Formats: sequence, structure tokens, C-alpha cells
Amino acid sequence: MMADTVLTVRSPSQETSRVPWILRLLWRDKFAFAGAVFLLVVLFAAIFGPALLGKQAVTMNLLARNAPPLSLDKGWLFVLGGDPLGRSLLARLVVGTQNTMAIAALTVTMALTVGCLFGLLAGYVGGIFSAIIMRISDILMSFPSLLLALIVLYVLQPHLATVVFVLAITRVPLYLRTIRAEVLEVRERVFVTAARVLGTSPLRIVFRHILPVVAPTLITIATLDVAFVMLSESGLSFLGLGMQAPDITWGLMIASGQNYLKTAWWLSFWPGLAITLTTMSLNLVANWLRIVADPAQRWRLETKGMAND
Amino acid sequence: MLRYVGLRALNGLISIIGLVILVFFLARLTGDPTDLYMPIDAPIEAKQEFAANHGFNDPALVQFGRFATGLLHFDFGESLRQSRPALDLVLEAYPTTLILSAISMTLAIVVSIVVGALAAWRPNGVFDRVSSFISLAGASIPNFWVAIVGVLVFSVWLRWLPTSGTGTVWHWIIPITVLFIRPCGLIVQVVRGSMISALSAAYVKTAFAKGVKDRSIIFVHAIRNAMLPVITVAGDQAAGMINGAVIVEVVFGFPGIGKLMIDSISFRDFAVIQAGVLVTAIAIFALNILIDIAYAMLDPRIRRV
Repeated sequence: MMADTVLTVRSPSQETSRVPWILRLLWRDKFAFAGAVFLLVVLFAAIFGPALLGKQAVTMNLLARNAPPLSLDKGWLFVLGGDPLGRSLLARLVVGTQNTMAIAALTVTMALTVGCLFGLLAGYVGGIFSAIIMRISDILMSFPSLLLALIVLYVLQPHLATVVFVLAITRVPLYLRTIRAEVLEVRERVFVTAARVLGTSPLRIVFRHILPVVAPTLITIATLDVAFVMLSESGLSFLGLGMQAPDITWGLMIASGQNYLKTAWWLSFWPGLAITLTTMSLNLVANWLRIVADPAQRWRLETKGMAND
Repeated sequence: MLRYVGLRALNGLISIIGLVILVFFLARLTGDPTDLYMPIDAPIEAKQEFAANHGFNDPALVQFGRFATGLLHFDFGESLRQSRPALDLVLEAYPTTLILSAISMTLAIVVSIVVGALAAWRPNGVFDRVSSFISLAGASIPNFWVAIVGVLVFSVWLRWLPTSGTGTVWHWIIPITVLFIRPCGLIVQVVRGSMISALSAAYVKTAFAKGVKDRSIIFVHAIRNAMLPVITVAGDQAAGMINGAVIVEVVFGFPGIGKLMIDSISFRDFAVIQAGVLVTAIAIFALNILIDIAYAMLDPRIRRV
């Protein structure tokens, strides 16, 4: 008995010394920790959802048409209720995660890469090249992104690639401007001048010396932006210009549930909740990242932990 | 300052011209509207006559030339769907959107300044934690979902408010709330952040030492210095209001610019799309200039530049 308690007390403390420093910082911020755990669940659903529940998401059980949620009468699959065709909402929610997350992740990756490349160039090279890039980004920024996406999506056929393409275009200016502004500041610093004096090639200066300095800001913005893109994507789906019917996304589920609002509110409720919780988790994690990436603020998390220990 | 404003105006003009060109050709790519507007069994001659009358047979560049010439005379062309000048339709739709966004935005700014300032007063206090959590949730909720849930609760279940339309004051409550939530959540976070740093400044400590009332320290002394980042984010959100307005107007059947644009896009009503885009771009441009002026008014250092 005694040995047991000693063991259980000691083992976690031994664990924590081995747990990487970054995870310990995450544990200090309980909200961010909860957000990160939720994101892991979402990620799991996005990767394995279609393989695990793909069949159940399209199987119709005519007895479970618009089945009310929070009851196990129709089996565990219908714990969140059924849709008008008697398909399990839980299964559809899990399967829809893949499309929703894929669009958000691909969009941000694409916007980040393109914005990063042109931003670095515009910042480091400057001159007429920079002026042209900035004017193009002004054009994109001077107009509401959703309206622009609507016009473009009406031209292109709405499916995953085009939705990603259109959303990415509207997000590029954000990265481009941030990076350019940072590069303009960083390239005047002494270590860059030193590298230049030593004869380092411009490419190497940009990617090896400047990019790492800018990276933390970028990662924080990108995390926040995944949340924003998710909201935009669901808005597009809701207006009927995002992904189309046989595909499942959360925004599409909300849109199709809208017609049954009076009789089956749960059709729109669960996917909306899923979007809200995912966006919130992303925001919480991004806030935490911002603190971790900023040496001037990181002590808040570090000392807070020491006080707790 | 004058040189700066001139440069801004020039850049704005370039952006607007670029946008108009982009939208003109994008809209043309959606296809020929003739089939959409003529009966399906209309004789081919009638279709050709329709196309010729509206100039759809001409090369895109010729069409653009005509459009650009028209623009110089403030002629945006005629709506195909309603056979009325496109500009009239856009200008009729704008007041609804402007009232909707202006009320939501004003509410959002006022509420978030008060809440954010009070939260910054005791960082990590109870009020700060609760308001931080609520504002984060507010910034994370999809607005069309809020719209749907709002209709469900207040119109379907409680029967307090109407579901759609613009007839009475009651019709505006849910739409304004929907548009208000996201900007409010975002601005609260910014106000809180910049107020915390303003409150730790030396002049605030001096005011304390002099025995100035807490309320006037927050709302008179500290808040002026905390406003600059708030204006940036609020301006950004105000320009993005159109995004939210599109969704809210569609859900609630408001005859605003968002609904007009969605309808015009699906009916390939090119003239209205172009007029709507141009007016929106000019409105956002004007808004940005106003933000610059607000900066200068708040911060005398900027005025000297």
C-alpha cells in the first residue's frame, strides 16, 4: 500500500522532468491545453473519420428520420439524432471533419507559402517589384473577401480545389503584408548586415537568417487564420457556393438543416457547435502560442508553473 | 500630411480600377446571360437579337471599352433583371446595409470599450476571465449559425420576434445582434490588451497618486492612449461588415447590398454586380480615409507627419 502511493506520487514527477518543455508550458495554460486536446480529437476524426464511419454516414435508417438527439433508442450512432433521410448525424459530423479541416489547412498552407514567398521578396528586394506586388495585394484587400469569393466561385465549379484556391487568394495579402513589414525591419538589423558583409548570398540571407526571425509571428497568424478560414468556408457552403451535396462539410450540414429548423433543430445545431468549438480551440492555442513565442511574455507561463509546483 | 493623403488617394484609385477590371472580366466568364433571360424555346433569332441589343456578341474588350466610357459619365449600365439603371438599384439597397452595419458596429465598439476597459482594470480577475471567455466564444461563432439559432429560440420557440423582413423595429433585433457579436468579441480582446499596457504607464500612476477617481483614470486618461490599435481593428471589422451583411441579409430577407449582390451574381446581372463592387470599394476606401483622420485626431504626433 505504502509502496503503491510512493510509486504513484513519484512517477508523474519523474514524467514531468522528461516531458518536453513546450508541453509543460501548454499544461500551465489550462484553457489552451483543453483547446489542444480538442484539436487532437478533431484531427483524429479528420484523418480516420471517413475510414471508420464513412459507410454509416450514408446508410439510411428510415425509422431514424429526424430522430431526436440524446437518446439511445436507435443505437449509439443516433445519439446526436438523425437527418431527414435517416442518416446518423454523429457519423456525418465525424466524416465531415475531413473536408472541413482539409479545406482550412490547405487554404492556410497555400496562402502562407505564396504570401511568404512574395512577402520575403517584396521586403528584401524592394523597388518596382515590391510596388507591383503591394498594389495587387491592395486590390485584393480593398474588397470584402466573401463577396470576392462568391463572384469567383460562381465562375469556377465549386469543389474542394476551387474553394481552397479562392479562399487562399483572399488570404494571401494578410501574410504578404505582415512578412514584408517584418522583413523591412529585420533586414536593417546588425546580424543581417554582418551576413551580407561576409558575402552570404541574398537567398541564404532571406531563408536562413530572416525567415527564422519572422517564423513565430507567422505561425501564430496562421493558427488564427485556420479559424477564420473555417468560418469563411462554412459561410460559403451555407450560401451554396462551397462544397456541394454528396460531399459532407459542417457548413453544408448547417445549411441543409436550416429548412427543418422548426421540427428538427439538432440538424443545424451540432455542426454549428463543432465549428464554434474548433474555432475557439484554435483561438486559445494561438493566444498561447503568441505568449510562448514572445520571450518578453513567456515568463508569465514559466513562473506561473513554478508557483503551482 | 497633404502629400500623404494624395499618395493614399492615388493608391486607392489604382486599387479600385484594378478591382473593376478584375470583376468585369470575371463576371463575363460566368457565361452568356441570354439563355437565362430568354424563354427556353425562344427562336434563335430572338436570342441573337437580345444578345445584340445588350452587346453580348461583341468581343470582351469592346464591351469593356463601352463600360469604361459609361463609367466616366457615371453610367453603370442597366440591370438586365429589372430593366432599371444599375446604380439606382445599388443606391437603393445601400441604406439598409449601412443602417444595419452602422448600428451593429457602434454597439460593438461601445460595448467592447467598456467591457475591455473594465477587464483590464483587474487582469486575471473574475470579470476579466468571464469576459475573456465570452469574447473569445463570440469571435469564434459562425454568424449564420447565430442567425439560425437566434431565429429558433426567439422566433420559433419564444415567439417574441419575427423571423424575417424589415417591417418594424423588432425585425432588426436579431440581425443586428448577429452582426454585432463577432466584431465585439474581437475588439474586446484588443481593448483589453492595449488598456493593460496603458494602465501600467507612468502617467496613470501619477494620476493615481494625485487621487484622481478610478473611473476617470480609466475612461479619460488611459483610454485615449489605448485607442489606436482599437481603431485599426475596428476599421478592419467595419470594412468586413459587408461579409457578415451578405449572410444576414440572405437569412433574414433584408433588401440590402449583400442580398442584391448574391441575386445579381446568380442571375448574371453584370451591370449590377459591377456597380455594387465599385460602390462598395469606394465606400471602403472612404472608410479607410476616415480611419486615418481619426488616427490624426487621437494622436497629435501623426498630425505633424
